[in-house]
Amino acid sequence: MSTAATAMLRVCTAAGCRSRGGEQLRRHCATAATEAATEAATEAMAAGAPPLRVKGVGCLGPCSDGPLLAVDAEDTTRLFGFAADQASGRARAERVAAGLQQRLRATGSAPAGAELGTWRPPGAHLIPADDPFLALQRRLVLERCGLIDPGELDDALAAGAYRQLRAVLEQDDPAAVIAAVQRSGLRGRGGAAYPTGLKWQAVAAMAGQRKLVVCNGDEGDPGAFMDRTVLEGDPHGVLEGMAIAALAVGADHGFVYVRAEYPLAIARVRRAIAQAQRRGWLGTAIGGSRHGFDVEVRVGAGAYVCGEETALIHSIEGRRGTPRPRPPYPAERGAFGLPTLINNVETFANIPVLLRLGCEVYGRGTKVFSLTGPVRRGGVLEVPLGTSLRTIVETMGGGSASGRPIKAVQTGGPSGGCVPASALDVPVDDASLRALGTLLGSGGLVVLDAGTDMVDLAAFFMAFSREESCGKCIPCRCGTVQLELLLRKLLARRGTAADLAELERLCAVVSSASLCGLGQSAPRPLLSTLRHFRPEYTALLNAEAGQPQAVQP
Amino acid sequence: MAELHADGLIEVLSRAQELEGHLSPALLRHVARRLRLPPSRVLGTASFYHLFRFTPPAAHSCLVCTGTACHVQGAAALLAALQREPLAQWGIELGTVRCVGTCSGAPLLVVDGRVWNHSSGATAVADLRRLMP
Amino acid sequence: MNVCSLRIDDRALTVAAGTSLLLAARRAGIVIPSLCHLDGLTPVGACRLCLVEVDTAGPLAACVTAAAEGMRVRTDTPLLRDIRRSLVEMLFSEGNHTCAVCIADGDCELQTMALRVGMDHNRLPGRFPSRTVDLSHPLFGLDHNRCILCTRCVRVCDEVEGAHVWDVGWRGERCRIIAGLDQPWGAVDSCSHCGKCVEVCPTGALFHKGSCGGDHPSHPERLAALLRGRRRQEGPP
Repeated sequence: MSTAATAMLRVCTAAGCRSRGGEQLRRHCATAATEAATEAATEAMAAGAPPLRVKGVGCLGPCSDGPLLAVDAEDTTRLFGFAADQASGRARAERVAAGLQQRLRATGSAPAGAELGTWRPPGAHLIPADDPFLALQRRLVLERCGLIDPGELDDALAAGAYRQLRAVLEQDDPAAVIAAVQRSGLRGRGGAAYPTGLKWQAVAAMAGQRKLVVCNGDEGDPGAFMDRTVLEGDPHGVLEGMAIAALAVGADHGFVYVRAEYPLAIARVRRAIAQAQRRGWLGTAIGGSRHGFDVEVRVGAGAYVCGEETALIHSIEGRRGTPRPRPPYPAERGAFGLPTLINNVETFANIPVLLRLGCEVYGRGTKVFSLTGPVRRGGVLEVPLGTSLRTIVETMGGGSASGRPIKAVQTGGPSGGCVPASALDVPVDDASLRALGTLLGSGGLVVLDAGTDMVDLAAFFMAFSREESCGKCIPCRCGTVQLELLLRKLLARRGTAADLAELERLCAVVSSASLCGLGQSAPRPLLSTLRHFRPEYTALLNAEAGQPQAVQP
Repeated sequence: MAELHADGLIEVLSRAQELEGHLSPALLRHVARRLRLPPSRVLGTASFYHLFRFTPPAAHSCLVCTGTACHVQGAAALLAALQREPLAQWGIELGTVRCVGTCSGAPLLVVDGRVWNHSSGATAVADLRRLMP
Repeated sequence: MNVCSLRIDDRALTVAAGTSLLLAARRAGIVIPSLCHLDGLTPVGACRLCLVEVDTAGPLAACVTAAAEGMRVRTDTPLLRDIRRSLVEMLFSEGNHTCAVCIADGDCELQTMALRVGMDHNRLPGRFPSRTVDLSHPLFGLDHNRCILCTRCVRVCDEVEGAHVWDVGWRGERCRIIAGLDQPWGAVDSCSHCGKCVEVCPTGALFHKGSCGGDHPSHPERLAALLRGRRRQEGPP
């Protein structure tokens, strides 16, 4: 993170820290700063210096230490957490604000915050800048996240937002933009890892007066919140990426589809769109050019399957979110029958960065992960693609927090699988993880310790897929039910070797016969745990249950 | 793509539920008429999505997060503990939600839209009792 | 006309570009099994019984996959046989299908399909769900126990009759066909009593009241004839 020239307090008010009193903390600190400035001005009998700026910002990273507070003063930035603080959100906010006011009073009429270089918020602990969780990150997508106030366009503009859009407008060469995206090798960050440049080219090649750009923010994988973080922390970065994409493919309208479980992200995106429209970065003649591009928000209503692009299209059209067979791909016929470019939130947020840095500096790019489960330091982090899973979990996350050793790391949500502790040196990229029988997916990493029952975990994910199956195709609608029944039978120690064989056979049917990705990958958590932890399954087998016997009531 | 077009159905239903608390047959019929959609299409769409409800809500809602991080850190035990309490008598509707994306507080509850971090059966029951009038 | 040549089960044929593999195979005398498909209705690729193997790619639904130049299609492989039998077993497990007491016994596409895929017994346990029967309509009945969610009724009522009485409600294993606002069928005033949904139903889920076993008048093929007739009447522009 860059150092700030003038003193400032940045308080994380994203959903994670908010649930730990982050917004209260910001409000109390802001009031304390204003009062201190008023007092100073009264004493000096003159208009005083402006109060210390207390800014609500997006995610600062290690959510498990939240609420997080960054103090920028005297050209240094220090990050504080309150992990060990048992006080209620209000008590903490009052205590910190009182400490702040006291320190500010001491400085009198000097420029606000001059004395904050050594200030430690009462009850807080310092997270040093060289802590691996912070030091090993390469923040490209999250560059502005945590620095700017996501509700203030001026803040984002000052930090460089819409600069690449302006450059693209001035250059006015869509083919060059697509070529740059293609050269970068950027792949979709939503889970499918399809080359972004190819997708853009396909949409650009379609004839037609009207085309659409859709941002997929239906982040449904449990344990994944990278897109929430980006949308809450730097919504303008996503809008800028969408506008550049619209220019490149020739679209004039866009949708940001956000799941309803993210109310703060929805509010911030809506606000960002309104601000961008007022300042001419969205709407007719964007940035004073001859191009028009407008964006509206569509809010989901609770359906995991809507992350699948054809289901997402149906949902945008106000229909049941059932997937349909492809082809035709959305590039050809998407929402409202129009050629439609669909990319994930993080993919769009990558666009301005890679255009600015150029392919050389951008390199392979980065991936944002959310690190959760019983790990010492969890939260959101962005690392170069290819960083090893061990680095993320053990070095940056600090390893297990439960006292039990790490058993595996779950990646890719209900469509993914587990990486056993013995294979943690795998680099995180799609190809390496696929070779291990799992997926990079959208970036959710759930650490599992030795206390985790892997068959129970497989049943958990199967129940998830059963509940979220849209019901359109038979193998997914009925197969997930049958697979969960078999898993429950094993867990109840009523299963036999024949049941285990049947489990594997049905997995093959469901994965090869299902209509969409949800059904096709629903067996993966089961197959992955079976591959790496088979003894846990065989230990549950009941040799005597071979013969038909009375069913237990 | 104006507001009162068929493609705005989900937005209209969300807004209607915000105002009325739930989607009654009369409300669904009204929406169908205004959007010029067949009633079966309106209900078919509404019933597809988890967040739409067709019965009035209780005074308070308590959702146990059953996402992965919460599951491996005790969400099932938390849910079981709450299911043993007469929450309905306290005016609290118990439900589940699949991950609200603030997993560092696992296992967590969402009570009337607010996140309660690191909940256990005992602390949750004690705090929920305080919601009673 | 734009044509393409392909091979289906080692039979070479030439069809108009864009023809579905299901239709192309039929031209070559190969009947690919299907349940949700019906000539005259928009294909949805939902039942997955018409899956075929194309070149080395994974299975594709023949009803929604267009024939393309040089394609090599296989309609009957060990993998496809296992998938098809499993799918039919899943349907029997999901609903309450008791042929002996069903009005459509002997005239049921699900029953015929079970015989065709060699389902001599069901390897999956029955779910025996509790489902209802709607007899509120003066002429017809709907027995949810026998519904396989092929959505032919939904599509024919919407696409051909234009009444859109039916839709699919809820989701996943809780999916069921709904009339109006999940009302009794007889209370839905947009129903024109045309009976097309009954004619296209592949099982005994939709039936004429008063009919009994052996005279179940299901005639899915009449839809194609009706649509041909309408086209003739409208004539070429």
